Amino acid sequence: MIYQYYPGCSLEGTALEYNLATRAVMEAAGAQLHEIKDWTCCGASAAEATSLLLSLALPARNLALAEQADDVRDILVPCSACYLNLKKVEEKTHSDSGLREQLNGLLEQDGLQLAGTSRVRHLLDVMANDIGAEKIHSLVKQPLTGLTVAPYYGCQCLRPYAIFDDPEAPRSMEPLIAAAGATVYDWDMGGRCCGASHMNTHPEVGQALVGAILAAAAGADAIATVCPMCQMNLEAYQNQISRQQGRDLHLTIVYLPQLIGLAMQLPLPAVGLNLNLAVDGVFRSRQAI
Amino acid sequence: MNSAATQTGGSEMVSQPDELAPVKEMVRACIQCGTCTGSCPNAFAMDYTPRHLWRMVLMGLKEEIFSSRTFTLCSDCYYCTLRCPRGLPLTEAMEALKQIAAARHPSPDRYSTQFYKTFLQSVRRHGRVNEMEFMALYFARLKNPLFALRFAPLGMKLMRKGKVSLRVPLKGRHPLESIFRNVEALEDRS
Ligand code: SF4
Ligand code: SF4
Repeated sequence: MIYQYYPGCSLEGTALEYNLATRAVMEAAGAQLHEIKDWTCCGASAAEATSLLLSLALPARNLALAEQADDVRDILVPCSACYLNLKKVEEKTHSDSGLREQLNGLLEQDGLQLAGTSRVRHLLDVMANDIGAEKIHSLVKQPLTGLTVAPYYGCQCLRPYAIFDDPEAPRSMEPLIAAAGATVYDWDMGGRCCGASHMNTHPEVGQALVGAILAAAAGADAIATVCPMCQMNLEAYQNQISRQQGRDLHLTIVYLPQLIGLAMQLPLPAVGLNLNLAVDGVFRSRQAI
Repeated sequence: MNSAATQTGGSEMVSQPDELAPVKEMVRACIQCGTCTGSCPNAFAMDYTPRHLWRMVLMGLKEEIFSSRTFTLCSDCYYCTLRCPRGLPLTEAMEALKQIAAARHPSPDRYSTQFYKTFLQSVRRHGRVNEMEFMALYFARLKNPLFALRFAPLGMKLMRKGKVSLRVPLKGRHPLESIFRNVEALEDRS
């Protein structure tokens, strides 16, 4: 299994541990990642809120770079926002060759060309379908017995493109959590919105959305995420939200590959739980040195 | 509702093409069933519900639309797009309103405006976003020290964990400059 790899900006900064754990788990599962050379920002939510053309041109540049780099077709993307931005260009240029020409006009000056041969894949898709729960289970050395984990998918790996899961009632994470030896927490908030950048622009709205998710997960030991934005929203404001709602909403929030890496007993620098903002002692005690 | 009447009558800026036209096209088939509103996690905080907003778009109530905060509160969850019984591209319509506002209507919601603008400046400068530079500039531009202070403990925590890099990504190069410039040129012409 070889993938081109688009980490995206967050994974070089606030989501360092997502990058580490993704690489470590993929390697343990026998997959090779080729990072796209000189990749650039996908535009996040900012480009689309400003200019439609820019929001398509920024991801298109990265798809073109991937095509140019080698003939590996699948691009692995761990961030759901990056995933959707890249996926959107893949989908739209397939159905609209006029758009592809227009984007190529913008890329020309940089000597780039988009043929449309790449396939954008979310990390969760790859873990669930290419690697699979069985393979992961066979690599587990220290099952997370006794821990209950709530699968949190967020929005943009599920919607609008229903590529690998049910956008209304997602389940793809469940066999993976079970393969790690943990119990899947039964809830219906896995596909709810965390408010994305509201936490920075409309904090009161963001806090209400995140508060409802944390409250619904109260019976779990942790929430597992597959997106840096969801992770940050769920883990970073627990003090403020608890204070505001007058109840204790503190909860461990980890990235899915961290959870899997923990069960595989991958070394601490790879799992990186020390970098998370909300991890309690129960979880930390399971970490290998 | 008087201003609405004059706008729909087309009395203002007759020579200008209707900037809402593309959004109207997207929501033309709306049957006002309210599924979008019922699905929207942010509807509770909006001044007009999504269903109401689509009605306003079809009526051409520009002023009311661009002074409302409804579209700035769309967090791109795509629930409405998924569930609309007419299959309308509603999230794209929200984004289209954000784009029109960014180009021509100073939004009353300067937080969102500054957030997106500052983000893209950092991206344009470095090719990748430098989260530290971006957030610092964003808070500075809001000129609301109390708001910025709410994020100070988080900033300290991230700093301690070595998650905010002072290093500039893709140093010394501006790999996105020509794309940004070309897009600007194209959009100026349109
Ligand atoms: S769900 Fe679709 S048809 Fe129903 S009100 Fe919303 S936009 Fe109109
Ligand atoms: S995509 Fe936007 S408008 Fe539609 S339901 Fe989600 S937040 Fe509401």
